[in-house]
Parts: sequence; structure tokens; C-alpha cells
Amino acid sequence: MAFESETLADIATKSVKRRSFRKSRSARLLLGLSGFIVSVLLTFLGLLAITFFIGRVVPIDPVLAVVGDRAPRAVYEAARIQMGLDQPAPIQFIRYVQSILSGDLGTSVSTGKLVLDDLKRVFPATLEMATLGIIIGVLLGVPMGVYAASRRGSLVDQIIRVVGLLGYAVPAFWLGLVGLAVFYARLKWVAGPGRLDIFYDGLVQPVTGIVLIDSLLAGETEIFVNALWHLALPASVLGFFSLAYIARMTRSFMLDQLSQEYVTTARVKGVSERLVIWRHAFRPILVPLITVIGLSYAGLLEGSVMIETIFSWPGIGNYLTVALLNADMSAVLGATLVIGAVFIAINKLSDVLYRVLDPRAR
Amino acid sequence: MANVRSWLIDDSPSSRLQARLGRAYRISGALSRNPLAAIGAVIILILILTAIFAPWIATHDPLKQDLTQRLLRPSGINWMGTDELGRDIWSRVVYGARITLVIVVLVAVLAAPAGLVIGAVAGYFGGWIDRILMGITDIFLSMPKLILALALVAALGPGIENAIIAIAITSWPGYARIARAETLTFKNSEFIAAIRLQGASSLRVILGHVLPLCTSSMIVRVTLDMAGIILTAAGLGFIGLGAQPPLPEWGAMIARGRSFILDQWWVATMPGFAIIIVSLGFCFLGDGLRDVLDPKSGEQR
Repeated sequence: MAFESETLADIATKSVKRRSFRKSRSARLLLGLSGFIVSVLLTFLGLLAITFFIGRVVPIDPVLAVVGDRAPRAVYEAARIQMGLDQPAPIQFIRYVQSILSGDLGTSVSTGKLVLDDLKRVFPATLEMATLGIIIGVLLGVPMGVYAASRRGSLVDQIIRVVGLLGYAVPAFWLGLVGLAVFYARLKWVAGPGRLDIFYDGLVQPVTGIVLIDSLLAGETEIFVNALWHLALPASVLGFFSLAYIARMTRSFMLDQLSQEYVTTARVKGVSERLVIWRHAFRPILVPLITVIGLSYAGLLEGSVMIETIFSWPGIGNYLTVALLNADMSAVLGATLVIGAVFIAINKLSDVLYRVLDPRAR
Repeated sequence: MANVRSWLIDDSPSSRLQARLGRAYRISGALSRNPLAAIGAVIILILILTAIFAPWIATHDPLKQDLTQRLLRPSGINWMGTDELGRDIWSRVVYGARITLVIVVLVAVLAAPAGLVIGAVAGYFGGWIDRILMGITDIFLSMPKLILALALVAALGPGIENAIIAIAITSWPGYARIARAETLTFKNSEFIAAIRLQGASSLRVILGHVLPLCTSSMIVRVTLDMAGIILTAAGLGFIGLGAQPPLPEWGAMIARGRSFILDQWWVATMPGFAIIIVSLGFCFLGDGLRDVLDPKSGEQR
């Protein structure tokens, strides 16, 4: 009996131990997750603080910006109270966050509509262009980087390196202009500015707002081709910048891997060069590459701001530029918030993916 | 000559001056062996010389309009053609070098020291100071820089001064990160402990001993960032928020040439080439400097 009870006690303590071990592991995971969520929330709060600061603190007098400097005193005071500027700054900030969270981004002076509705309308166009751009960037940039690394020092490697640096040196808006002059005006390889030819405008019912998808949903292949025709140049310009960055990073990751000892071992064992490169060296860099691609995608959303005006692309960049020139601050800050939030979200998401996929980072 | 050289590369210099000159000699030697870095250094040198001697290099008055000479093709008289107001584009590009140089120097002077101090303080003191400062830095780092600069200039009002301020505000966080990382690597080393034991205040340790050690990686980073600063400034000028007319700023010049791109291509393309060459110069030089000053960090940035 004594023996038996002892074992039972033993088993009990063991199972408790095991359970607590399990708990501590899931607790750790929970802690990591909550820490991550806190950091994301803090970053978003920081974004709000920055837009709040830009909107209310930086201008010499935000009331004058709204009512104009010839407004009578009474109108000025009324606007001041209506904007909540008689309140202390922390309360103003809390109110600002509350209004943003309830989806109130203010009204645009230039379009006369709610900024949120405007942004919902223009965002898909930017998303469409940036997505096609990143696809071009990945499909060309990754093989270029791998090839350059495998032929280190060769002429092709040098050219790819210079292309990579050009991505940091060429102004996007200039490349867009030159592209239009060469490929649209001279060679007529691509369609001109805009999303569609004028006679196709408004023919497709917007469902997702992405013309390529909407036209396919409606079964209008002619419009799909036309949209692709219009997308080709702006997406290629964006694609060039993402290609430059991705090729550069892929090259440096690959060089890092190719100098590892296990690669030498594989080579000594007589594994073919192709297998060495694609199986042994390329696989480990997939995880950091995902982060690079994420960063590049976020960068393209930002980069589209510079080239959308050139291509008369009705996206968020064009909207922001028009708002900037009209000093339409609600629209400027709304667009800044949306681009900033998407940027942060993509950044954090690629961070999470990195941690989930890379066993060393867990 | 051989004497000077052996004095420069002496392994046990007898004075600070000799040690510094020797270091400069070694760095310049390593740079000149790196062809891209040498090209970069030459480009930057040409930029500086062009900015200084602009009145002698320009063939025309950059602001003088002559409507009888508008939109002329590049020729022996107007090397890069003329714009829609009959101004000589070559002369405007030459004077634009001044504006570009002022922008990059001012941004570097404003942003790098700010980031350096914030990062060094965070790394040196650690604890909650570190957490707060780096929290703010991380928030700024995860923002899209260009959009932030655009929104800031929109609030401050268009103009070259405000463009510089906005770009500086968006570029300090990168420097803070580097300065912190550098500080952490030698914070607990013996020479810092020795200085502290001698009774040096934290201020003195940071200013006199931590910051100087961060400068070389900072120089590399600032040089590499220059291209981005030039592109952002040109972008602001292009949108119409940066340098205002009639200033011959390269981005603004491209914007003016936009309407003529199909027939008079030279108006918009010429200033673009200037931007590309100067930005590439900074990239090349930065890459080379990194290999010389900071070999650990390799290709990545």
C-alpha cells in the first residue's frame, strides 16, 4: 500500500510538473504575443500622436487655416471652440484619438466629401499598382540577386550591383516622366496616363475597386487587357525600385550563405552547383527575404505618391498631392494616417512572419 | 617622399597629429584602391567645386529670362538647351548644385548630431531612459519617411527651409539606432570605467569618449543616406513644396519641364541626370567608406 501511494504521489507531482511546464511555455508565448500587440498599439498611437502634432501644433494657428485670416472675431472664436482648441492639449489628443477610432477623419476642403470615403475610393488603385510592382520586383529581383552572387565579380554581377545602386539614386518621378516620353510617346508600347482609355471609363461596376479583378468578374477581357496596358508602365517603374532593393539584398544574403562551411561541404561531396545554390544556399535566405519583400512592398505604397501624379493615377498618392497643394489638412492627415497604418502593419507583419518561420528567432 | 610615407604609416606614432594623419592616409589609400569609391569621391568633389565656382562655370545668368530664346535644343551656346522662359538649363543646373549642397549639409548638421546624442544617451544610461528614447525612435523608424516629410511641409508651409527641417525630423532615428548600438558595445569596456573612476561626469564621458567613437559609423551612414535626402528634397521640389521658383532647384526644374516632356525632352531630363549622378556619387562613396571604416557590417543596410 505504502509503495502504491508513493507511486501515486509521484505520478501526481510529475503530472503537476508537466502541466506547469506546459503552462509556462504557453505563458511565455502569451507574454511574447501580448508584448508584440502592445508594441503594435504603441506604434499606432505614436502615428496618431505625430499626425495630431502636425495638424494642431505645427501650424502657427490651425483656426486661421480653417476660417481664413479675414474671418470676423466671433466666427474665429466659434471655430476655435468647435475644434476643441480651448481645451488643454492632452484632452485634445484624447478627443482626436476617439474621433479617429470612430472613423471620423474630417471633411476634405477640396472634394467636399468625407476624407474616409475619399480614401476608400482611391486606395484600391494604389494597391493595384503597388501589388503589380512588387510582383515584378520579386520575379526579377530574386533571380538577379542569386545569379549575381553565384558569379561574384563577373561583369553581370557588376551590372546588377550598379542597377541596385541606381534604385537609390534615380528619382521615381523622373523615371516615370522619361518612361512616358520613351515607351508611350515614342515607341507606343504602353498606354498613356490614367487607369483605362476614356471610352472604357465607368463601364465596369466597381466591386473591389481593382480594375483588373473587376473587369474579370464582369467577364470583360477587353477592358482587362486595356487596364493591364495602362498599368504596365507605372507598375514597371515601381517594380524597378523594388527590383533594385530586392536584388541587392538577395545578393548579399546569398554571398553570406555561399561562404558558409556547409556549402563548402556540399560542394566537396560533389553536389551539382545548381543544387548547391538553390537547395543549400537559397532555402535559408527565404525567411529574411520575406522581410525584405515586406519592407519593399510598404516602400512601394509610399513611392506611389511620387509617380501617381505623373500617370494621372487616381490613387491615394494623387489624392495626397492634390490635398498638399490646396493645404487641405484633413485630407493630408487622413492620407498620411492610412499610408502610415498600412506601412506599419506590413512592417510588423513581416516581423511576425520572420519570428514564426525562423526557428532561431523563436 | 619616402620619408613622409614611412612617417605616415609608422606603427607607433609619437604624436596625435601623426596618428591622425596616418589614419587619413590609410583611409584615402584604401579608398583609391576601390574604383567605385574613387569615382564617388570625385563626383562629390566636382559637386562641391561646382557649387563654389558656379558663377565661373555657368555660361549664362540662371535667372535671366529671354522669351525669344525659349525651349531651344541643346547646342554649342546652350549646352543643355533652354527652358520655357528662355533660361539656360546648364547654368541653372550648375547653380542648383549650390541648393543641393546646402540641403544635404544642413540636414546632416541637424539630424546626425541629434540622433547621435539621443542614441548615445539611451545606450549609456540604459534602463527607462533607454526604453523611452528608443520607443520614440522605433515609432519614427516605422513611419513612412517621405509621407511624414510631406505632411510636415504641408503644415509648416512650402519653402526650402521648411523642407530641410522636415527632412531632418524624419532622418534622425536611423542615427540614434546606430549610436545606441555602438555605445552598447563599448559601454562596459575598461577605458570607460577608467575615465569614470577618475571622476568624470556622465556628460564628459558621453561627449568626450562615447561620441567620438561613434563618428566613423555615423559618417558611413550619413554618406549612404545622402542619396535618399537628395531624392526627398527633389521630390518635395517636384511636388511644389520645396524650393520655390525662380530658385534653380533640380526637382522643381523637372516639374517645370513636365509639360514639355513629349516634345522638348531636355527641359525635364537634364536636371534628372544631375540628381542621379550626385546621388550615385554619394552611394559609391558611402559603400567604399563602409568597407574601409566599418568592414563588419558588410553589404547590408
